[in-house]
Amino acid sequence: MDVIALTGVDLGLAASLLLLLSVLSVMLSLGLERKIIFFGCRMTAQLLLIGLVLRFLFASGSLLLVLLMSTIMLLAAGREVQARQKRKIIGLSGYLISVCAMFVSSFSVTVLALVVIIQVKPWYTPQYAIPLLGMLLGNTMTGIALALDRMTDQLHGRRGEVEQRLLLGQSWQEASSDIRRDCMRTGMMPIINSMAAAGLVSLPGMMTGQILGGTPPVEAVKYQILIMFLIAAGTGFGVVSAIWMSGLHLFDARHRLRLEILKSDKV
Amino acid sequence: MNDMHLCVVNITFLGKGPYTFSVGKGECVGLTGKSGIGKTQLFRAITDLIPAEGEILLDGRASASFSPTQWRSKVTMVPADSSWWYDRAGDHFPVKHKTSLLRESCMLLGLEPEVLDWQVSRLSTGERQRLALLRALQNNPTVLLLDEPSSGLDAYHTGLMEKYIGNYLRQNNPAVVWVSHDPEQLKRVASREFRMEQHRLYQIK
Repeated sequence: MDVIALTGVDLGLAASLLLLLSVLSVMLSLGLERKIIFFGCRMTAQLLLIGLVLRFLFASGSLLLVLLMSTIMLLAAGREVQARQKRKIIGLSGYLISVCAMFVSSFSVTVLALVVIIQVKPWYTPQYAIPLLGMLLGNTMTGIALALDRMTDQLHGRRGEVEQRLLLGQSWQEASSDIRRDCMRTGMMPIINSMAAAGLVSLPGMMTGQILGGTPPVEAVKYQILIMFLIAAGTGFGVVSAIWMSGLHLFDARHRLRLEILKSDKV
Repeated sequence: MNDMHLCVVNITFLGKGPYTFSVGKGECVGLTGKSGIGKTQLFRAITDLIPAEGEILLDGRASASFSPTQWRSKVTMVPADSSWWYDRAGDHFPVKHKTSLLRESCMLLGLEPEVLDWQVSRLSTGERQRLALLRALQNNPTVLLLDEPSSGLDAYHTGLMEKYIGNYLRQNNPAVVWVSHDPEQLKRVASREFRMEQHRLYQIK
């Protein structure tokens, strides 16, 4: 079975739904109409562009280009994590924490999957490497952003408690243990929830895509299970390392809580 | 200076100081100064919660030569507003044994002995303040920095607290710095009194 190719008219029809939504937004004075149209256009441009890039990448199949593409994706994900935080660690170190955490989790898990599990030859075959990495980055990004945002917010809000515990002679690890545990749970909850709902409530996007593309459902499901495992593991490792690194940054060598390295951009 | 237990030498922090003073073993000194001058920050600097220039010595040994956790077990403060993070008051006490001793201390401060089993949300400001003092004393600190320890107490319980700290002072010989806005109280508890200003700290009695 071949996929039915979509025409411009088909996409246009779907886009008109968004126009309808923006009209509704004006009528209800939600103030979202500009955003809906802007981000709708932006999404279209981004995806068209990536379609072209992927076509080129798949045709060339060069390791160098795959690595370049992965690096760009990683850096963009790091920027996105920073943008999603209410209070962020200022300067390069905040950015590096998110990038390192995602590198550790997404990259290692992707390479493991390519080399050991799927055994693609060569291992960097872009048709496998890029979508896998993309799915892992997208999900670990969400987890890490949630966990880091909560970490800085909690340390800010519960400063008195943390400092009181330090005053009782506790190390920074003890003094922040409850908070760090809570943040790690927060970061891992979405993926645990989506594992629970997978197949019952939601049909995951990748599997749906493969089925639409003509893959037999059971094969598609197996890939989806693999991806779910990888995402859950990657998110978990990423969240744990992000919280650990941010802890090392927010407390100094004398076990002082250094909230002055945080900057809040919103109220 | 040499028989002094705690020596604070020329410390500066957050654009304040330099401040120099020392407290002997078993001595209680008072500290006053208008609100917002930085008395609490001075305490935070001494307990090494914020970075400060200068030197702080404990029996002649510099604070930097202690590990941070060691230092804060020896040199601790009781903040004006205490923090609690578990549900039950008693869970906040680092030493789990010797509860009978603790309950006895509770009674001396006018607290009911069952107070340790209560939910923190049920405690009044004054009850929390007294429990925070007892909690800080569990590590047997040799320097005790008290930030308005009786601000939430009535005259009767303030008296009990002054007596309790006085006894603790005689038995354990710590160095105590007591911040208070009540000159009468400092007259009762402190042997000397310092006044803190933006760039200096001087003895007034």
